[in-house]
Amino acid sequence: MADVNRGDRPLSPHLQVYRPQLTSITSILTRITGTALLAGAFLVVWWLIAAASGPDYFNFANRLITSWVGDIVMLGSLWALWYHTLAGVRHLVWDTGRGFDLDTATKMAWGVIVGSVALTAFTVIVI
Amino acid sequence: MVQFTLPKNSKITTGKTWPRPEGAKNVRKFQIYRWNPDDDANPRVDTYFIDMDACGPMVLDALIKIKNEIDPTLTFRRSCREGICGSCAMNIDGINTLACIYGMDEIKGDVKIYPLPHMPVVKDLIPDLTHFYAQHESIMPWLETKTNTPQKEWRQSIEDREKLDGLYECVMCACCSTSCPSYWWNGDRYLGPAALLHAYRWIIDSRDEATGERLDDLEDPFKLYRCHTIMNCTKTCPKGLNPARSIAEIKKLMVERSV
Repeated sequence: MADVNRGDRPLSPHLQVYRPQLTSITSILTRITGTALLAGAFLVVWWLIAAASGPDYFNFANRLITSWVGDIVMLGSLWALWYHTLAGVRHLVWDTGRGFDLDTATKMAWGVIVGSVALTAFTVIVI
Repeated sequence: MVQFTLPKNSKITTGKTWPRPEGAKNVRKFQIYRWNPDDDANPRVDTYFIDMDACGPMVLDALIKIKNEIDPTLTFRRSCREGICGSCAMNIDGINTLACIYGMDEIKGDVKIYPLPHMPVVKDLIPDLTHFYAQHESIMPWLETKTNTPQKEWRQSIEDREKLDGLYECVMCACCSTSCPSYWWNGDRYLGPAALLHAYRWIIDSRDEATGERLDDLEDPFKLYRCHTIMNCTKTCPKGLNPARSIAEIKKLMVERSV
């Protein structure tokens, strides 16, 4: 389209100055949890492959996954799963054209945050 | 393309600190982005102090006071001073808004003022909006008709006219588009909230007869579908409009016509 780079104009600051908004944070977290879940899924698949490939290798993989580092990663994945699911529901609501007034959008954002933490805690207690 | 950091020529340095007003009791600190195309220096942030007892309540009042009394080289756009022209759009206290209708009582601490984000800077607080306007033009912001021109004006029912409320009020200040991370990273091809709100304004106009062509033109992975409902646009709109909803309505129309 139009020539926007006449001369050597600087680019005005963006992320550096824009104040994070509740809706923008919940939006980028949807992307981050989605990507992180892919890594989490690979980890679980690796664990299953280890189980199929023999007791020695499984012991090694299982020790790693059930260590405290593994526990933290799995807890994080659990929260990411709930967060991503609830955020997905929010997007479904949006796809119907509803929930766009700022008040509702803010409430839904808090719903996703609080809901994902609560459901994670619930899952940990139940399992 | 996503680039989180600023290019080398855009990195901001610390600028000049201008003297405090003498004898003033109610002083407020202003930090304002400066860039002069006539010297080779990088952009900088200058610090000014203003006696608030001798200044109007809006951010624009402070900018005009600085330009009149402290530093005449400070450059910014302004015209109507009542939120209808959209000229004084800038990033104030971390959000985009119009300086003329944003009260300084709404800001905690120092007042930080930058140009609209992720735009080429012409000078100081003035961004180059050429591309933004070109995108607006690309959505055909006019009534497109195919039938013969009627003898009298195009009639519209009250209900159909009401569909334009919340859309026609847009003043094209560019606050929304430049608040949108998607527009930052893909602004070359993504139309952005402002142009899409206008696109929707003509799509749902009962008198317009190019709805199909308009939707065809927007059926594109970048022009429309880079909107991920981040909602910075709606949050920041100084006119209280809702571009996010307009974009969602266009997406809905896309689905409705394909099933």
